[in-house]
Amino acid sequence: MGIEGIGARVVRKEDKRFITGKGRFTDDMVVPGMKHAHFVRSQHAHARIVSIDTSAAEAMPGVIGILNGKQLTEDGIGNIICGWMIHSKDGSPMNMGAWRPLATDTVRYVGDAILVVVADSKAQARDAAEAVIIEFETLPVVTSAVKALEAGSPQIHPEAKSNLIFDWGLGDEAAADAALAGAAHVTELNIVNNRLVPNAMEPRAALGVYDAAEDHYTVWTTSQNPHVARLVMSAFYNVAPENKLRVIAPDVGGGFGSKIYIYPEEIVCLWASKRTGVPVKWNGDRTEAFLTDAHGRDHVTTVRMGFDADNRIVGLKVDTVANLGAYMSLFSSATPTYLYATLLSGQYNIPAIYGNVRAVYTNTAPVDAYRGAGRPEATYVMERTMETAARELGVSPADLRRKNFIRSFPHQTPVIMCYDAGDFEASLNAAMEASDYQGFAARRAEAASRGKLRGIGMSCYIEACGIAPSAAVGSLGAGVGLWESAEVRVNAVGTIEVLTGSHSHGQGHETTFAQLVTERFGVPINNVSIVHGDTDKVQMGMGTYGSRSGAVGMSAIVKALDKVEAKAKKIAAHLLEADEGDIVIENGELKVAGTDKSVPWFQMALAAYTAHNLPSGMEPGLKEGAFYDPSNFTFPAGCYICEVEVDPDTGKTQVVQFVAADDFGKIINPMIVEGQVHGGVAQGIGQALLEGTVYDADSGQLLTASYMDYTMPRADDLPSFQVSTTETPCPSNPLGIKGCGEAGAIGSPPALINAITDAISTNNLSMPATPQKVWMALQAGK
Amino acid sequence: MYATTYHRASSIDDAVSKATGEAMYLSGGQTLIPTMKQRLAAPTDLIDVRHVASMKGIEVHGDTVHIGAATPHAEVATSASLRAVCPGLADLAAHIGDPHVRHMGTIGGSIANNDPAADYPSAMLALNATIVTNSRRIAADDYFTGMFETALEPGELVVAVEFTAPAKAGYGKFPNPASRYAISGVFVAKHKDGAVRVAVTGAGADGVFRHAGMEAALAASFTPDALSGISVDASNLMSDMHASAEYRANLVKVMARRAVAAAG
Repeated sequence: MGIEGIGARVVRKEDKRFITGKGRFTDDMVVPGMKHAHFVRSQHAHARIVSIDTSAAEAMPGVIGILNGKQLTEDGIGNIICGWMIHSKDGSPMNMGAWRPLATDTVRYVGDAILVVVADSKAQARDAAEAVIIEFETLPVVTSAVKALEAGSPQIHPEAKSNLIFDWGLGDEAAADAALAGAAHVTELNIVNNRLVPNAMEPRAALGVYDAAEDHYTVWTTSQNPHVARLVMSAFYNVAPENKLRVIAPDVGGGFGSKIYIYPEEIVCLWASKRTGVPVKWNGDRTEAFLTDAHGRDHVTTVRMGFDADNRIVGLKVDTVANLGAYMSLFSSATPTYLYATLLSGQYNIPAIYGNVRAVYTNTAPVDAYRGAGRPEATYVMERTMETAARELGVSPADLRRKNFIRSFPHQTPVIMCYDAGDFEASLNAAMEASDYQGFAARRAEAASRGKLRGIGMSCYIEACGIAPSAAVGSLGAGVGLWESAEVRVNAVGTIEVLTGSHSHGQGHETTFAQLVTERFGVPINNVSIVHGDTDKVQMGMGTYGSRSGAVGMSAIVKALDKVEAKAKKIAAHLLEADEGDIVIENGELKVAGTDKSVPWFQMALAAYTAHNLPSGMEPGLKEGAFYDPSNFTFPAGCYICEVEVDPDTGKTQVVQFVAADDFGKIINPMIVEGQVHGGVAQGIGQALLEGTVYDADSGQLLTASYMDYTMPRADDLPSFQVSTTETPCPSNPLGIKGCGEAGAIGSPPALINAITDAISTNNLSMPATPQKVWMALQAGK
Repeated sequence: MYATTYHRASSIDDAVSKATGEAMYLSGGQTLIPTMKQRLAAPTDLIDVRHVASMKGIEVHGDTVHIGAATPHAEVATSASLRAVCPGLADLAAHIGDPHVRHMGTIGGSIANNDPAADYPSAMLALNATIVTNSRRIAADDYFTGMFETALEPGELVVAVEFTAPAKAGYGKFPNPASRYAISGVFVAKHKDGAVRVAVTGAGADGVFRHAGMEAALAASFTPDALSGISVDASNLMSDMHASAEYRANLVKVMARRAVAAAG
């Protein structure tokens, strides 16, 4: 692997600029004549707009313009779309209500944008926004998806009767019913998967610039997928024609899914720039992030799992109500369906599965994919249920899982997925050994001597990532293909630029992608540059989410490198007067195998560009592109084991040990992978213990709209993680990569809750397991 | 934030002379500045008292402790002379907020604001401290009058707090996991005359309060177990999304026991 190639712990090339404050984020961008936007938002969760009076505000100092939704409509700007069609069980298409970038008649959640004020300074824009007078007629509010379905609940969109967007099913209901009816034991559980606020470090931002002389549009924006943004903004929102629209997503400070989507603000900034004639910048503040970033999770689920007399699972039935908030965000329909119910087989042989999902509008922020996206919800359902079943059946949680593990591959589940490779027992064994599972009883006794309740819990997760085979997702309703692209440019001096459609917003692509090139051609890593995030530089690509950049993005690079290598060998063979089949690339040289004849990499590259002496008929230059469409999802899997100590006096839980044993397939940079696991587990611990999103049920106000009330995990909430990996290479892509970006957040929450419920000897506990909830569970159990 | 005019006061008199109209004192600003950034407060003038020399520092003479109002929490936490006579107060300061807050926020700022979940008010009450202002001396029992309410008159400036070092004192705090303010914080002090004072912050519906039952029990026996039979009435406690009154009542008792244990 060398010190810079595949498998090496190369220090991240991008970190110098990030840790010295030299990153260049959207809000760092300044263009001549730039002005500032402030959005006037709804203070009400549900209201009709009776009148808007901007006369006083327009007279305020520095105000350039105050624009509204009617003007947006006049200019032909389209509705914000959901890009994945889901059909209900009865065959009807999902009931999608209109989402206008600026509301005109009705506001449906606190934070819904109504107007944009453009002024010389941010403060002036905000001052003027406060002088706008809007008369509202408030309407009844519903924030709970379960309540929204009840008769008499407020109707949020006319298109969705009883607020039901779709009633969708996957699997064979009759088979699942029959299996459960014949089961020797049925474990039944009611599960809430709590709503989360993503909280990327960098708030969303946009800078829209319309150049009238060129009739050209540029938008800098905090996006995980700038090309998708360009496509959607041109094809659906009519903001600008695609060939005249440049989307730049420069350094982006974290996304976790929340920056996949195209939000009202970037559309409005670009449109407002044309309408007002000045470049318009908006930088969201933390309150806006809490109110308007697409939230995650928010499921209410009933699960029934049946076992035969030998404790083998015979059937599974899951019924979920998914809260999608006030509007359907870009992939909101896919997250609780094809990213969720397709994983309801977990790591287990289950002959009959049926999942039913009802998606519902409420007067809350839109909900969409957030790190894990459907798979954490599925894993939580499966692993809470397995742990509960083990307790009910009186068998060890590990043994129950072992008995039901899938052991031969490929394995076709009853819910679409075909698992291609894995060794679930290896992960379980590795985690049990690392956690000294056998020694737990002694640790529990020792903790008891200190007055603490110690518990242990495990979670065996599987997820589907490497998203995704385009034809497959197309047949399931996706509006786009999910391939990836790459272009490899070898410069005349042999340095290399890789243009990738993936987008790095913390993942370290500038390092890992360069390691791949270094491994392949033996050039120093500093001679390799990764270019991404600018639609004027990079060919069409699909961006970064769903742990896809390694498995899909790097596979596209491999395909392009294959083409570069083939041409480089032809050139070298010509220069060395050898057969191209005899050329090997080693240590930055192209050699004739078994001889001392060689040509350095840079000299081959120079020959490509001088073109003085190329094989007859060969085009000059050395630049190759490729598109890679995966043939299957990838299936990272693993086992997490958590130990906690609960203080019975206060209910406070301390995570005292956390072991992760993951199978990510081939690993490019173990240090970066470990960092991804650490971050994912921290978010999972956040969900399980700390992060509770609370809307007031009557007013629809977000009560946890700041860090005073919303608890992000901090260093002293977390243990030192013990992480390790086993490796079964993914057979469907050239590098054998499965992906590692979401696993930590997917696998950890059930391990936590299983451990706490073990410690307190009661199973009735919901996330986040705050000290008060744990204390109350302890009191109830007394 | 709305526009405001910043003044760095050079003396107590200078500060007080500028405190007219809609001006506010700034003494660390760990509550005021975020509130202004949210546009929920809009003082025309900010009078920064954090650099007034006579309001800074900790002096211990025999049993008498004097802490300048502009002394940051970090200094209270690490003062060797204070630790020698009242380590419980130093420990309290060491757990306020985070390092940033402890290096900016001050004891005077905290007690002038009297947030119902702030730590210092419980210590001031339990230590029977005197709040020294530019014009008078106010007993802690008379100073804290309700949530965010104090006996301060408009323009009156806290310049120091003074108290007699107790025989023993300790603080038990259960922090809000998000804000790290107290969900319940209990400061216990056994004074050298034998009196015991117990003050509770973070829990009371009207802000910081003393608990007579605990005081009597601990006066009889200053041990954690002396509190076993004490009940804490939940009816006067706060209930919010972070903690019910019932849970707070439990925490008050648990934190009181821990405070006594910490006092040694």
